[in-house]
Amino acid sequence: MKTLFEKIWDAHVVTEVKDGPTQLYIDRHLVHEVTSPQAFAGLRARGLKVFRPEQTTLTADHNIPTMHQDQPIRDEVSRFQVDTLAKNARDFGLTYYGLNNPKNGIVHVIGPENGYSQPGMTIVCGDSHTSTHGAFGAIAFGIGTSEVEMVLASQCILQTRPKTMRINFEGKLADGVGAKDMALYMISQLTTGGATGYFVEYSGEAVRNLSMEGRMTLCNLSIEMGARGGLVAPDETTFAYLKGREYAPKGDRWEQAIAYWKTLKTDESAKFDKEVTIDATQIKPMITYGTNPGMGMPIDGSIPELESVDTAGKITFEKALNYMGFKPGEKLLGKPIDYVFLGSCTNGRIEDFRVFANYVRGKKKADNVTAWLVPGSWQVRKQIEAEGLDKILEEAGFELRQPGCSACLAMNDDKIPAGKYAVSTSNRNFEGRQGPGSRTILAGPLVAAAAAVTGKISLP
Amino acid sequence: MQKFQTITSTYVPLPIENVDTDQIIPARFLKATTREGFGNNLFADWRYDKEGNPKPDFVLNDPTYSGEILVAGKNFGSGSSREHAAWAIAGYGFKVVVSSFFADIFRNNALNNGVLPVVVSSNFLNSLFESVQKNPKATITVNLEAQTIRNNETGEQESFEINAYKKECLLKGLDDIDYLLSNKDKIETYEKKRPFVY
Repeated sequence: MKTLFEKIWDAHVVTEVKDGPTQLYIDRHLVHEVTSPQAFAGLRARGLKVFRPEQTTLTADHNIPTMHQDQPIRDEVSRFQVDTLAKNARDFGLTYYGLNNPKNGIVHVIGPENGYSQPGMTIVCGDSHTSTHGAFGAIAFGIGTSEVEMVLASQCILQTRPKTMRINFEGKLADGVGAKDMALYMISQLTTGGATGYFVEYSGEAVRNLSMEGRMTLCNLSIEMGARGGLVAPDETTFAYLKGREYAPKGDRWEQAIAYWKTLKTDESAKFDKEVTIDATQIKPMITYGTNPGMGMPIDGSIPELESVDTAGKITFEKALNYMGFKPGEKLLGKPIDYVFLGSCTNGRIEDFRVFANYVRGKKKADNVTAWLVPGSWQVRKQIEAEGLDKILEEAGFELRQPGCSACLAMNDDKIPAGKYAVSTSNRNFEGRQGPGSRTILAGPLVAAAAAVTGKISLP
Repeated sequence: MQKFQTITSTYVPLPIENVDTDQIIPARFLKATTREGFGNNLFADWRYDKEGNPKPDFVLNDPTYSGEILVAGKNFGSGSSREHAAWAIAGYGFKVVVSSFFADIFRNNALNNGVLPVVVSSNFLNSLFESVQKNPKATITVNLEAQTIRNNETGEQESFEINAYKKECLLKGLDDIDYLLSNKDKIETYEKKRPFVY
């Protein structure tokens, strides 16, 4: 009797290192410009090739502008980093989706939309939000650059087997509550380190009812409670999403794949190291008030009082509120904000743009708000245009940018100025994450849309 | 990688919880294509003001504290997978980070760069913070061979966990790629017998 995680893990064990980690085989390796140059340099220094180039895909996303991508990158250091990725692709014979390639986009958006990410796979990338691909029923997790080098060199990685946790979302979500709210609620309950050492399976009615986009948002945020990854058992929703995508199996191979994928679920009597149940019917639209994603609350809630924080955490709590310019016990509803960011590997997919556009339809962007709407990929942007959402957004006073990680980590020029409040659909509200001194309030696309048209934190 | 030897050193206290990778090394410093030079920007936004001048109230700018060991609050290294965080810690000159809890990816990244993450109980951590507050020249001894950490001010000692393989790698200065490359036949055998070929 095995959990889904154990079935996939066991199917990828090459060997066990004596008194050490497992040597795990990796089916797909996604690579981007920021965490890979030192790994390729390592291969060169050792005189190695990429072991399985056909299982490796490169894209530029973290360190690129989201305007004028047809022109050379102005920042010299950034341009060199992106050029280095292109050179590494050429030298090692790897598929690379550079700027202006129709398949370019955020690594965790293009993997799924091209059909690279499939049930039962092991998928890694030098990026902690690789957990996103777990939505397909895959073991997907972020790795460091030394590990990127390991996978390039051997298509394997040495990992200690994590413990297993199941988080069961019982019941249906209320209207206007989405996957981002589920995730922010969950992290606020478990805390930012509450799932460290675990790999999580998400289950229950509210998870089953999510679209693939929603499942990706939920799995994406697994790392924000410390989990190495999160996954959802594949089902008809998964198969319908994958069918016909470029790299998905075709013809007889598709039938074989479906037969195998249908075996990928947790056996009824399988045991998890930890089980958590969440009443999904009670979840409200969520926002964060602090400087880690665990500091979340319902949009109409109050920041905790200082007395409710444990002694060891008091310094950290006060530091966070001081940074944010908030007070213990304060309500944030009605608080004016300055920026809205729709995008990232968390909420930069077509469904997020549908939710946002649908809300702002016939309304106007508030004058005090600067809004950055950044599609997760060129394919997302094309779909936005195909559905006419770009017109709706334009009429409401919004402009679409070009794909990239953008203000999520602000490596490019998309930086929130010091002291300014940004309602962001991204994944981290760490100090300075969106630019030195920036103050991030994490939320889903619906809350972001409401903030964008009212200029303050508002109930959608 | 350098061989890891027993260390006795003064230490730098950072009693903040959930120190995330964006604090250890902010994203704007990730544009480099080599592993060098990150130590100068370790904790950059806490360490320097907008003009790049050291902020006197931050512990790394306080000459009272120094050493090869960083002692930090619970859940150190949460957030991003950026190995630049481990490079920054190592580049600054820290060989050991002590906390009551580490984020997984940071822990692996540290080990892959010869930096030893040592998990201690919260009581032991608190006693380290108290000792250094009373005596900034207080020292810690970390013995990897014996898997022990000792607060030399109070004489308290704890054992810490590390898997035997990683311990061997650190003690001998070996890395995982050496091991994986020695296993190529096993990888090719696996590829022939796996349950589903993608």
